[in-house]
Amino acid sequence: MKTPRRIVVKVAGAVLVLIAAASVTFFAQLLVPGSRATVILNEQNGRAQQWTPAQLAPVNKEFGFSKPIIVQYLDYVGGLFRGNLGTSFTQYKPVTQVIGAELAPSLVLTVAALITAWVLTLVVTLLTVRRGRFITALGSGWEALTASLPAYWLGVVLLVVFAVEIRIFPVIGGTSPMGTVLPVLTLAIPLAGFLGQVTRDEFEKVLDQPFITTARTRGMSDTAVRLKHALRHSILPAITLSGWALGALVSGAVIVENVFGRPGIGQVLVNAVNTRDVPTVSGIVLVIAAVYVVANLLVDIAYSIVDPRLRAS
Amino acid sequence: MTSVTALPPASGRAPDSGRAWRTGRRIRVRVRLGTVVPLLIVVLLLVAAIAPGLLTTRSPNGIDIEHTLLAPSLSHPFGTDDAGRDLYTRVIYGARESLGIGLGATGLAMSIAILLGFAAGLAGGVVDAVIGRILEVSFAFPVLLLALLLIAIRGPSLTTEIVAVGIGSAPGYARMVRGQVLNVRQAPYIEAASALGHRRLAVIRRHLFPNAMRPLVAMITLGVGQSIVWASSLSFLGLGVAPPSPEWGALLDSGRMYITTSWWLEVMPGLVIVVVALSVTSLGRTLQHRLEGAAR
Amino acid sequence: MTDIETGFADPIEQGIEQGIERAVADDGAPLLTVEGLRVWFGSAEVVKGISFTTRPGRCLAIVGESGSGKSVTARTLVGLTGSGAQVQAGRIDLAGTDLTRQTERSWRSIRGRQIGFILQDALVSLDQLRRVGDEVAEPLKVHGWGTREARARKVVDLLASVGVPEPEMRARQRPYELSGGLRQRALIASAIALDPTLIVADEPTTALDVTIQAQVLDLLAESKARGTSIILISHDLSVVARLADEVLVMRDGCVVEHGVAHQVLHQPRHEYTQALLDAIPSEHTRGTRLVRPASDATVVARTREPVDRDRPLLEARHITKVFRGPDKVDRTVVDDVSFELFTGETLGIVGESGSGKTTSARIALALLQPTSGDVLLRGQPWSTLPPARRRPLRKQIGVIYQDPLSSFDPRWHVGRILADALRTGNRPPSSKAEARARAIRLLEQVGLSAEHLSAAPLRLSGGQRQRVSIARALAPEPEVIICDEPVSALDVSIQAQVLDLLTDLQDELGVSYLFISHDLGVIHHMSDRVLVMKDGLVVESGTADEIFERPAHPYTQRLLTALPRLTTAANQ
Repeated sequence: MKTPRRIVVKVAGAVLVLIAAASVTFFAQLLVPGSRATVILNEQNGRAQQWTPAQLAPVNKEFGFSKPIIVQYLDYVGGLFRGNLGTSFTQYKPVTQVIGAELAPSLVLTVAALITAWVLTLVVTLLTVRRGRFITALGSGWEALTASLPAYWLGVVLLVVFAVEIRIFPVIGGTSPMGTVLPVLTLAIPLAGFLGQVTRDEFEKVLDQPFITTARTRGMSDTAVRLKHALRHSILPAITLSGWALGALVSGAVIVENVFGRPGIGQVLVNAVNTRDVPTVSGIVLVIAAVYVVANLLVDIAYSIVDPRLRAS
Repeated sequence: MTSVTALPPASGRAPDSGRAWRTGRRIRVRVRLGTVVPLLIVVLLLVAAIAPGLLTTRSPNGIDIEHTLLAPSLSHPFGTDDAGRDLYTRVIYGARESLGIGLGATGLAMSIAILLGFAAGLAGGVVDAVIGRILEVSFAFPVLLLALLLIAIRGPSLTTEIVAVGIGSAPGYARMVRGQVLNVRQAPYIEAASALGHRRLAVIRRHLFPNAMRPLVAMITLGVGQSIVWASSLSFLGLGVAPPSPEWGALLDSGRMYITTSWWLEVMPGLVIVVVALSVTSLGRTLQHRLEGAAR
Repeated sequence: MTDIETGFADPIEQGIEQGIERAVADDGAPLLTVEGLRVWFGSAEVVKGISFTTRPGRCLAIVGESGSGKSVTARTLVGLTGSGAQVQAGRIDLAGTDLTRQTERSWRSIRGRQIGFILQDALVSLDQLRRVGDEVAEPLKVHGWGTREARARKVVDLLASVGVPEPEMRARQRPYELSGGLRQRALIASAIALDPTLIVADEPTTALDVTIQAQVLDLLAESKARGTSIILISHDLSVVARLADEVLVMRDGCVVEHGVAHQVLHQPRHEYTQALLDAIPSEHTRGTRLVRPASDATVVARTREPVDRDRPLLEARHITKVFRGPDKVDRTVVDDVSFELFTGETLGIVGESGSGKTTSARIALALLQPTSGDVLLRGQPWSTLPPARRRPLRKQIGVIYQDPLSSFDPRWHVGRILADALRTGNRPPSSKAEARARAIRLLEQVGLSAEHLSAAPLRLSGGQRQRVSIARALAPEPEVIICDEPVSALDVSIQAQVLDLLTDLQDELGVSYLFISHDLGVIHHMSDRVLVMKDGLVVESGTADEIFERPAHPYTQRLLTALPRLTTAANQ
């Protein structure tokens, strides 16, 4: 049968993309100014200087930098399949351990933000599409505004307003439910603005289609027409974007965790960048890339369920 | 009378007007709030970047120990920072660097995007497939994360920031360009030009390229707006331009520790960034519409 | 009278039901009465005071070209005129219900129940993401008719009654899985689901192949026979002739003529109606001009050079084109097609959609390479030439497209379009002044003028754009022009003007046409010889008279019987 074969092809494609991504991160490491061993020693000793080959040698040996590049590459990719993301330059632990426990809160934040964004999008769009000039302008203006808000700024504003001035939420909430509300909103609102714009544009186009008129000529109410006919067509673009959105949300989570002092891979990532701990940074980037690829795969499959026309082709 | 629901009048054929319409080269300027406000802000931005002295009399490094951490007031519209410097002045002087980063990163991104997009759209076949895969892989790296990776490797600096944001945002624009090229390529007027006997290169030069690049203005302004935001995000994390530069992102970085006590240090620069980004993008869209309107 | 399964739970619906029964029983009395209907969009008055009535079991056709207000009238009858519209009427009465006093809520009980509406092109008029059965059942559901099982059974009955084979299976499919004809039938099924007393059909046969058009009209005739009153909106007078009892002709929002179908279509009183009828190309108009000055009713014959049959100008030899789809299935779009086009003649290629006629044209233009076979131009290789050698020869073949607007670079104005085309000819203009002068001459040749030189095609009307397109095709002074459905998107009167222009140019310049169309009347009017295509094959070929008067192949015969005929009084 055709359908399983198509899915297999898609999954294979996804794996290839991941391997390519891993290759990129590996070869990017070679762009380090000077040698990797130099960077490590510089960080360890808190200063930048030239090191003698004798001083570099043990570092090179420990991290395997003296092996031929190809061997290092294959080791790396092979290790990935075994769940080994390399060893941190600064903490001398496997990267997986470094990231390990911190991944969960970030994922929780991300998924909650995606769901919240969808809810906001649907509510605002349904309420404000083609409902008179003022309300429509309000809706689309709101979307244009929120879609451009940088996560750090919105986070700070929400923090200042709702945690510092009006004390509804805690300033440092850790992973408690109350402490998660503001971070989730910070991520969800701009995404809702963006998805809303896309959905609204599609909704307006759909409402002009003849089949909507047909539904009205059958005696359907405006609300019923919107819900039963227009909605399903309008959310198609937003569904496609959700895969990308998940990836963007994770990178946004890095910033939001920083603003709200929330545990997660954001802290780990920033620390790693500061200490030039390339394997850890690469590892996190790869994990996020994997999330993105998997999300897109699921979206792809979900899309063909919502829009059966794709199945027929 | 009966209420009516939203429906355009039927029948899509154009009425036979019988009269030609003269296309003018003038762009009629209609004054509308939605156009004037962004325009004003962009003008202010340019003035701040080129001649900051016109917008403020103080110095961005004027330390004043007696007036530290003052809330916004008439004499200090954005308040003062921990060294007593007027925040408004620092924001004005930071415009040049921030705008520079935005333009630099966008320039780099657009060059890559146009190259890749045209190569993929024109050549088709294997080239398109390969570039398509490359783009797909690039999308797995959100701009910010790619930037962080590059900074981890090369160390934080202004150049790294520009290159990182430029390379990171290029795939998104490349996809847009490719889509445009593919669209135009299938348009009947391209084939009509071939049917007349024009050479392939001539058709690409005279029809395909100009038409595919039509949304360029909107893309560039969108790019500048987004680049400013991304660059400032990096600085917010402490990985961009270092203080005491008045670059907007650096201001965000130094204001972080005062969020709960002196909120204006964080909120004001951020507000400026948001307003500028919005205005630039909005102005770009308006210009785009005008250009397309005048061509008709 | 039909007998309806009384499935209504709502007492209001029951009441309406009884009212309808009363109205239908009283045959002969008007069902719908409209008096003094006026509609504005903003400050523009689109319908300027029209009146008409309909009776049960009769069909009233409202005929007009675009901008006449016929569609707006139709939509006003169901309260869907459009946003920003203002409607005013002395009286709109449907079997006792005053349609001028309806609120949005009360309209909902009338739409689908008392009035059924059929739009054109079921491909876009049905929700592609829903099952056909759900679409047909929707009016039943909206009006609270029956239980789910009862509705499911009713849907199958309805689909069967409109002639959809295997209705249970079809009901579970989605619209895009059905053929064009079946889709339109399903659309009709959903409109008649609750057996409304009045059906309004807005161009229900446009976009359909001729054979399917006939079937759809027959369906509507069946409804009519059951006592339903039909209002048929159309621009096509010959379609109207098949179904209408009464005809109303509209122009610019006013009623220009109104009477019994036979009289309006054969002995019209108004000159506009007469002009519309005259403009219809058919076998009767061959060799004459379609547009005649009002003062002179005599038929003007064409003056032509005799066709030179020595050597074919354009010759296609056994061309075949096979496309490989994404599912690795091969489709033969053009199958062993051969034809010859001689100097000064028009070869017509007629076929329904999917017949391969457009692909054949593109192969003749060498914009597409055939899988096998070749094309010769003036006896010399044409399709087999390497592109670099072929390009300089392209000036000998011109092309006119169905949609001229998309064939123009959106940034260019008319003058630039023509100058560009002039440069590809045998005598490229040596200066800007010469280019301009020659462009103006071209415009005049096609019935436009110098003032159109600076116009943007977007601002021109459909007819004007096609004229510019013809001017561009003429600029390099070609010997052959390939016309790919050049008038299909135009109103009848504009179509007539463009066809006249083409025949005038042929008489003047001796240019040959390869004329492609799905419209048999147009083909018959324009062509000297005809090729009939179906599914990629040439089914029949011969002179126009042979094909149309003595069709040999069963497909040609079917096409001709399906063709709605309109015999005017002048040539009965």
